[in-house]
Amino acid sequence: MRQLAIISGKGGCGKTTLTAAFSSLSENAALADCDVDASDLPLILKPQVINRENCPGLELASIDPNLCTGCSICREVCRFGAVLENFTINPYGCEGCAVCTVACPENAVSLVPRVSGQAVSSITRFGPMAHAKLDIGEEASGKLVNMVRKKAAELADQYCCKLILIDGPPGTGCPVMAAITGTDLVLVVSEPTVSGLHDLKRAVELTAHFKIPTVACINRYDINKKKSLEIEAFCREAGIPLLACLPYTDITTKAMVKEETVIEYAAHWMDSGAVEFANIVRKLWEEIEMRLSESFEKETCSRALKIRKS
Amino acid sequence: MRIAIASGKGGTGKTTVAVNLALALEDVQLLDCDVEEPNCNLFLGFELEPVEEVNCLVPEIDPDRCTLCRNCASFCKYNALVSLPKKILSFPSLCHGCGGCSLVCPAGAIEEKPEPIGVIKKAPCGSPLTFLCGTLNIGKAMATPVIRSLQNHIDESKPVIIDSPPGTACPVLEVMECADYCVLVTESTPFGFHDFLLALEAAKALNVPVGVVLNRDGLGDSRVEDFCRAEGIPVLLRIPDDRTIARLYSEGIPFVKEMPEWKKKFEHMFGTIKGLACKNTGVQ
Repeated sequence: MRQLAIISGKGGCGKTTLTAAFSSLSENAALADCDVDASDLPLILKPQVINRENCPGLELASIDPNLCTGCSICREVCRFGAVLENFTINPYGCEGCAVCTVACPENAVSLVPRVSGQAVSSITRFGPMAHAKLDIGEEASGKLVNMVRKKAAELADQYCCKLILIDGPPGTGCPVMAAITGTDLVLVVSEPTVSGLHDLKRAVELTAHFKIPTVACINRYDINKKKSLEIEAFCREAGIPLLACLPYTDITTKAMVKEETVIEYAAHWMDSGAVEFANIVRKLWEEIEMRLSESFEKETCSRALKIRKS
Repeated sequence: MRIAIASGKGGTGKTTVAVNLALALEDVQLLDCDVEEPNCNLFLGFELEPVEEVNCLVPEIDPDRCTLCRNCASFCKYNALVSLPKKILSFPSLCHGCGGCSLVCPAGAIEEKPEPIGVIKKAPCGSPLTFLCGTLNIGKAMATPVIRSLQNHIDESKPVIIDSPPGTACPVLEVMECADYCVLVTESTPFGFHDFLLALEAAKALNVPVGVVLNRDGLGDSRVEDFCRAEGIPVLLRIPDDRTIARLYSEGIPFVKEMPEWKKKFEHMFGTIKGLACKNTGVQ
């Protein structure tokens, strides 16, 4: 099974729009929306939920008011300022470290389990999908991303999918690492802005660290052609194939409002601009598919060689 | 008065609003609390000076004193300490600095040493704007202490504008919690609306009054506006979907500089916020 992850150094670059478009172009793919902070892929793909599972987060301290004598020792030892003056716990401050439980002379503090979010399995019109919702103020998002990927793999098995399309979280932190490890190819979506090139470099640093083959595309390339050329030059130097330059357009928003992928929108609304845009996305997808099957061939070749040698 | 600029996720225009608002006003403080990706200065271009190093206290184990009782490793909730047959290994990057390990060590073998996790920088004296930003070191996961240190530099005598981190996790709540008013930046599209509801949920949980800035207005539909009207949430400002504004952004130029008519609009928005924050929370 092949896995493609779509990432970008920051939010708002068009990751989800492209992932949704790819899902309508690919035959037989399972989807994983790993942007667990703000999961947007379901807004277009309208999933029908088949299963939900809670994701455990860090535990939470709880003070028994019947045992508490108000000695304040817990307030003194807590480095996160999570014990409030009235000896209740601020759940957004508490990191579940348990220091208060050992410090309390009355044994009035205990840790209780806390749920950080939900991982969900669904069916969409383009195949099965795993996604999630992280609860407000929770931080164990790398863990939830792992759960989503596990669910996507199970769904892919169950529905005999040959590919998993991963919509990555923004940034270059822990959740992104969880979203790209073990994938066969990463597509970095970039933008020609002052921060765009900077973010692209960080994303590429990350994929190089994990030794994952990486390709790139520029979204809204015509908003600043000079910056686009800089991105192009960087890609050439870094040996990252730049597969497409997508123009600045309102088609993506129009399609989003209709709750359709840009491919569907172009087919339904006979808008010439939309057809043109959809063709660029289609070409990008064909390039990606080719690379995915190339690396597949390489892998089977090297496996075959190994077998022959042994 | 502290105004937090937030949104459910990245790329909606938080930094644009924070920077342009700060530049449109006189005598304010601008704080970039998006410590994982502090972008404000890309638009300001100050030569920043470091003012403070932010540290996290991580354990250092004295092998001569350690009796290998493993209390520390079994206590640590973050797997920052691992016990091997002949040694306790520590992973400072996983440590949250709770101090529990040294508390439970019966042999007094653990000393806590400060480990740098980030840095606070500021614009030099005499700059047209009082600007401070925090940067989390790459590979570190503890954004909240850096944000907290940055907030210690708040000058109460001036209005403070705070560029928040994206999302609705811990770091955002840390910023919203201390704010008198929260400006939510959003677009009126299905994605924008969805992410706006998440940010709103966070603000409501903390009881902070909110107003909305509609970015790329004219694109999409009216769902955010309809919702705001029904819920009584004020729409403070509309920034149109304008190619000039997008181009200026891509070049790192705050658009109030090239389009002076916007200065008035941001000043007006600030006036509205002052009135609303007074009414809701009783601050001046």
